[in-house]
Amino acid sequence: MAGSFGSATRLVAEREIQTFLRSKGFWIGLGVLIAGMFAATILPSVFGGDPDKVAAVGPRAVEVLAGADLDVREVADLTAAEDLVRTEEVEAAVVPDTTGDSVTGVRVVALKDVPNDVVAQLNTAPPVDLLDQAAVSQDVQRLVVMVFSLMFLLFGLGGTAIAQSTVTEKQTRIVEILVATVPVRALLAGKIIGHALLTLGQVVVLAIAAPIALRLGDQQALLSLIAPALGWFVPFLCVGFVLLAAMWAVAGSLVSRQEDLGSTMGVVMLLVMGPYFAVSFLFDNEPVLAVLSYVPFTSAIAMPVRMFAGDAQAWEALVSLGLLAATVVAVVLLASRLFEGSLLRTGGKVALSKAWASVD
Amino acid sequence: MLTVTAVSRSFGDKRVLDEVSFDVRSGRMTGFLGANGSGKTTTMRIVLGVLAAHGGTVRWRDQPVNQQVRQRFGYMPEERGLYPKMKVAEQVTWLGRLHGLDTVKAKANTARLLEQLDLAQRGEDKLEALSLGNQQRVQVAAALVHDPELLILDEPFSGLDPIAVDTVLGVLRERAAGGVPVLFSSHQLAVVERLCDDLVIISGGSIAAQGARDELRAKYGTTRYELVVDGDAGWLRDQPGVRIADLDGPRAVFEPDDREVEQRVLRAALDRGPVRAFTPVVPTLDEIFKEVI
Repeated sequence: MAGSFGSATRLVAEREIQTFLRSKGFWIGLGVLIAGMFAATILPSVFGGDPDKVAAVGPRAVEVLAGADLDVREVADLTAAEDLVRTEEVEAAVVPDTTGDSVTGVRVVALKDVPNDVVAQLNTAPPVDLLDQAAVSQDVQRLVVMVFSLMFLLFGLGGTAIAQSTVTEKQTRIVEILVATVPVRALLAGKIIGHALLTLGQVVVLAIAAPIALRLGDQQALLSLIAPALGWFVPFLCVGFVLLAAMWAVAGSLVSRQEDLGSTMGVVMLLVMGPYFAVSFLFDNEPVLAVLSYVPFTSAIAMPVRMFAGDAQAWEALVSLGLLAATVVAVVLLASRLFEGSLLRTGGKVALSKAWASVD
Repeated sequence: MLTVTAVSRSFGDKRVLDEVSFDVRSGRMTGFLGANGSGKTTTMRIVLGVLAAHGGTVRWRDQPVNQQVRQRFGYMPEERGLYPKMKVAEQVTWLGRLHGLDTVKAKANTARLLEQLDLAQRGEDKLEALSLGNQQRVQVAAALVHDPELLILDEPFSGLDPIAVDTVLGVLRERAAGGVPVLFSSHQLAVVERLCDDLVIISGGSIAAQGARDELRAKYGTTRYELVVDGDAGWLRDQPGVRIADLDGPRAVFEPDDREVEQRVLRAALDRGPVRAFTPVVPTLDEIFKEVI
């Protein structure tokens, strides 16, 4: 039994992958994703932006800044300069060095991050003092949140393909042959595994393309910052994907026509978009993020972000991953019953209660 | 042999199958007849495990039918369907593998079947590019690709042109001759008449009659004779033990009470002049069908 279940699952997965690799939509989507990544890393360095605002204290600072492409604003003393930095009116302040360990005789004062743009403009890099130093800079954290939640969103929505392939089988009625031939659970398992592998494959392609893009954009520094976070993100993304995949499959099995798919996909869509928005907007609220990092769905983004920021221990990530995996098991079991109960019902939309009850 | 015993099924309060029992014998084409909504498709779906029975058993070669056994059955559902965007040969091969064949065997079987069904040139086309008739032939190939031990076909000839019917028929006959029991439903009685060895007639969810086609004819069909003479056959009216079904000048169709009567009528006709024809009229399925349901 195990053998035939396994080979049926493998065949279903194989067909899903093949069908997908042959569809234009898949390659266009992946192409757009890669092009977007290259654009995001390369374009800013090509176009640049307005000159950064810098406060200067004393004649030495003005001298050092002369000739640099910066918007220099002279202020009276160190306190005034630090105020401007704290209120983020200027990116950094160049002030006289009093310690004597600066070759140029000036120091740079900034809020949270080393102002690379500013420092790069100076002939000799002066020492940098940060007024409010965090373990991981806010900018980088924001970037990590953006990258992770975007990936989650893209792949989560990619699961619609599972719903569509299920509806196609119902609509064309091939489902009757499939159900007569292999266990329904093998169909579900094959679909989930097939699409999970496709997702993993795309993540790998992106992981290979990212360093190239960052190098072209001259932003290798970012790569070394993000790389350790990816180690946690990949398992969370994969397990989270299985969770969503099972739900997409049920959404597909409840309707009989592509046109009706919208009515059942809403809930799943919410579960994909919700975590994306929640983590994107609330990531700097630490207690909320801590809670989100344990809630299945949002934990797939929130926990890797916390790990990255150094706010969570390894055991916390493992607990959260365990919770997510347990949810996956529960949801897959629920989903397979619903899938089985609704797959052969045609006509209108199948009510969840009917799908649940019809297994006998 | 497939044995269906006392299978029942309800949808809600409506009982659609009531203790249905019949056999499908090896090497024979069994026609499954019934009006629309009489329970043919439901019965077939239960045999295939697509639908659960609410009572009764389905046994194949004296073993209960489970998933592994079913994998070796061939099924052509009433509502046709394959993957529209998948190539024909690839699709049939994939289904063969899903039924447990290895890739080499699945490919070989696919090539042979497409050849037999006159589809060899279309193997690389997407299914949706084919005409409906040709899609139907692909559906037949999909049901046969794994050399099934039992074939269950729901309305296999609907939607086929006469040439396609013959092609498909040839393929099915070949399977039956090879010892595979074939159960097929149809409401086209003329086609079933031509094809089947055995008959199962279902009406309102229960079996109305079953057995070999010829036995059923003998049992349910009234035996009539057609007589054609040179003159007027009107004298037949006065013969005892004869019921006239049709009388038109020299031609008459009558129903004798027994074999004695039939021979007496023939002698009487010869006494009156030349007899051009004296033939038993075999009842059509149509008549049997109408009689039993």
